[in-house]
Amino acid sequence: MRSRRFAARARRELQLEPLVSPLPDLGLVASGGPSDPEPELVVEDGVVVRMDGRAAEDFDVIDRFVVSHGLDLDVATEAMTLGDRELARRLVDINVPRAELVRIARGLTPAKLARVVGLLDPVELMLALKKLRARRAPGNQAHVTNLKESPALLAADAAEAARRGFAEIETTVGVARYAPLNALALLIGSQTGRPGVMTQCAVEERRNLELAIRGLVTYAETLSVYGTEAVFVDGDDTPWSKAFLGAAYASRGVKVRFTSGTGSEALMGYAQGLSMLHLEARCLAVVRAAGSQGVQNGSISVVALVLSVPGGSRAILGENVLAAWLDLEVASGNDAIASHSEIRKTAKLMGQFLPGTDFVTSGYSVMPRGDNTFGGGNFDADDLDEWLTIQRDWQVDAGIEPVSEDEVLRVRERAARAVQAVFSELGLPVISDAEVTAATAGYDSSDMPERNRAADVEAADELLARGVSGPDVALALDRRGFPEVAEAVLAMQRQRVSADYLQTAAVIDRDGLVRSAVNDPNVYSGPGTGYRLDGERWELLQTLPHVVDPASLLGFEEGGPPFALDGGVAERGDDPTEVVVAVGPAFADGIRETIGELDHREVLEAISTGIREGGGSPRLVRVRRVADVAFIGHEGARLSGSGVALGIQSKGTAVIHRVDLQPLDNLELFGMAPLYSLESYRAMGRNAAGYALGRRVGPVPTELDNFARAKLIVRTTLLHARETRAVVPDASPVELELTAVETTPAQI
Amino acid sequence: MDSELDPQHDYPLGARRPDLVTTPAGVALSALTLQALRAGEIHGPDMRATPETLRRQAAVARAAGRRQLAENLERAAELASVPEQLLLDVYTALRPRRATAEELEAWAARLEEHGATKTAAFVREAAAAYDERGLLANA
Repeated sequence: MRSRRFAARARRELQLEPLVSPLPDLGLVASGGPSDPEPELVVEDGVVVRMDGRAAEDFDVIDRFVVSHGLDLDVATEAMTLGDRELARRLVDINVPRAELVRIARGLTPAKLARVVGLLDPVELMLALKKLRARRAPGNQAHVTNLKESPALLAADAAEAARRGFAEIETTVGVARYAPLNALALLIGSQTGRPGVMTQCAVEERRNLELAIRGLVTYAETLSVYGTEAVFVDGDDTPWSKAFLGAAYASRGVKVRFTSGTGSEALMGYAQGLSMLHLEARCLAVVRAAGSQGVQNGSISVVALVLSVPGGSRAILGENVLAAWLDLEVASGNDAIASHSEIRKTAKLMGQFLPGTDFVTSGYSVMPRGDNTFGGGNFDADDLDEWLTIQRDWQVDAGIEPVSEDEVLRVRERAARAVQAVFSELGLPVISDAEVTAATAGYDSSDMPERNRAADVEAADELLARGVSGPDVALALDRRGFPEVAEAVLAMQRQRVSADYLQTAAVIDRDGLVRSAVNDPNVYSGPGTGYRLDGERWELLQTLPHVVDPASLLGFEEGGPPFALDGGVAERGDDPTEVVVAVGPAFADGIRETIGELDHREVLEAISTGIREGGGSPRLVRVRRVADVAFIGHEGARLSGSGVALGIQSKGTAVIHRVDLQPLDNLELFGMAPLYSLESYRAMGRNAAGYALGRRVGPVPTELDNFARAKLIVRTTLLHARETRAVVPDASPVELELTAVETTPAQI
Repeated sequence: MDSELDPQHDYPLGARRPDLVTTPAGVALSALTLQALRAGEIHGPDMRATPETLRRQAAVARAAGRRQLAENLERAAELASVPEQLLLDVYTALRPRRATAEELEAWAARLEEHGATKTAAFVREAAAAYDERGLLANA
């Protein structure tokens, strides 16, 4: 037999991605693998003779590199004797400062690091990450690419990314030879959007170094490291080659972060039976030993593999914590698609989003996913409002700012114009006005006019051959009427000269000041300390473009003179066919429509018609002393000759009540006001009459909209507030009379 | 190493000690303006950090307790005056099984000619590790 519910769930997108049980032999185990070595460090005469289950003569290149450059033997003896649980507790103890934890970590072996972090549960990991992040304020990085490698669109997207608060923007190439043009468009766009944003173009190292030397890019994060020697060598590198490259980049003024992440060794076939978290601890020990200021980790492009095994999300958060504990800047992944399921993807994100990391994503796709040539786009242009709303929900700064549509269009156009002007000034293939327009307001690269791509790549080669560099770009901008962008591009060249952004976790603020772990360190030590989202920044992050003034949701109130007049005090009727229609205090007065936007007069007419159709006699009464629908209905029932009444609030919620029932009981309750038509109210009237006359009555058929509440609860609250403001305590109910329909010239 | 620099307090150099920062051609940071650019007084290759600036950044990193970052920046300071082609050649030689022990020794010597003694020692250390792990090219 097949359950249709199981079948329905099997069709959900989540089921497109396999979950697997652990298979430690292949490295398919998140943390605490059965073959992970016991933490161990034996030092004799100042020389490490054993580490993590291996004797010195068996050390692979990773062990050797970590022992020669990473481990601080002055601290190691003290650090390695601390118990795993003791260390784990210190990680979450707000009374143990970050600096002390960082000091101890210098003496811990990779196995010990992994073991300790493996003891923390998700909430403890989040607290540890919040505490250990290097820089005070969290940030974010954007991805900017497009399928056509359109320079105008790259510049416009970079400008929007910068304007939205991303501190770094990364691009790459579909065709390698485009690199100089893409780097150029990114530089111009970013500096148009917000001066000081750092940029990179992820390409092969030699090409990347060339771009850096020209001052067209300012950072790189392409230096991958791995946790086993076999994978490292398969990746055609060693810890020494990567460390040398890191120094070479730094020598040309490039901020460098390495890349690593759980799961890569399993994917590349040589996990050596070790858990993902253990291998990542080895990677991070290499990164620190190589003298990198930071790392991009959090599984990165292998995330879906790690999420296939139990505890995957926790291990990924654990590796971010490990990196921060090792005093590294962390760009914490969340860039590659983690899951088909929006729920699962977002749940994974919270591990980094809530505590905040130096870069919450290693690349938020500022353009729609289809244009993301990193093969990623876990969160993209279409998700921006969700991201901003979740920041607002949690009062958390995850590095993206709301910007109005007008302002986005302005910076996009300015950037597209700027890159158009620079292309012209430098003799590169023309960027047309049509391209500028499409880049400004289009959805994605499918809106972009085609370019002559052969001419573009040829021009790109020539650009490099001519030695065009950052200052030339600034000069071109200056000559063509973009002095503010010229100044910003030149300011980035000055940053290269002072090299302050080579320090740990450095970003450049809008005033051109470098903020890093040196001059703006994270000193979180519990509630009330560290980075807190408040003041102007909180104002900014809560004021989303689609936020409305609640008062504006009451747009239909107070429309002309009331069309129902209060009469004398209502007394109990004696007509046995009488059905009282009891309305709330603001009905047809302060409020004129139901939440379903039905005119109150027409609602009363529909109910009355229904009562008459059912053989009853309607009588209108206003209840003034309460706003609750049950009491309005019950009060009406007390006045009704039949003992039956239909109570209705101004927002349209209605009840059929009878005098002998308890106030909070009822005959029928109609709580889905947004869904009712005049026909529904007419049917309610018919039913009320049916009860009054003692007939058998089938309930009025009602629909159910599970989302009505989410959609309308704010308006419901506002309407109800209006109703409760109209309450007159202890006031008697009054007779109500509809006035004649006034005809206005417009209606004739 | 630098009597003029207080690594605990002078960071960021660009903001706090612009007087210490110049281009390789000796142009002061404050002179790197649009006006100077328009006047043709500054050029692309000038706009980079000097070995001295990188050494000062290393001192800042060391004062902040970041030994490895400091050592990396000291290597960077040495490499600042090493030509690009040599950088790329040494990088290639350091990749697995690209160079023999003798070739790595030759690259180390070349680096020393440019005053990059720490980096040369780093290359020699790699050669020894590669020898033991079978990562040298066959002679």
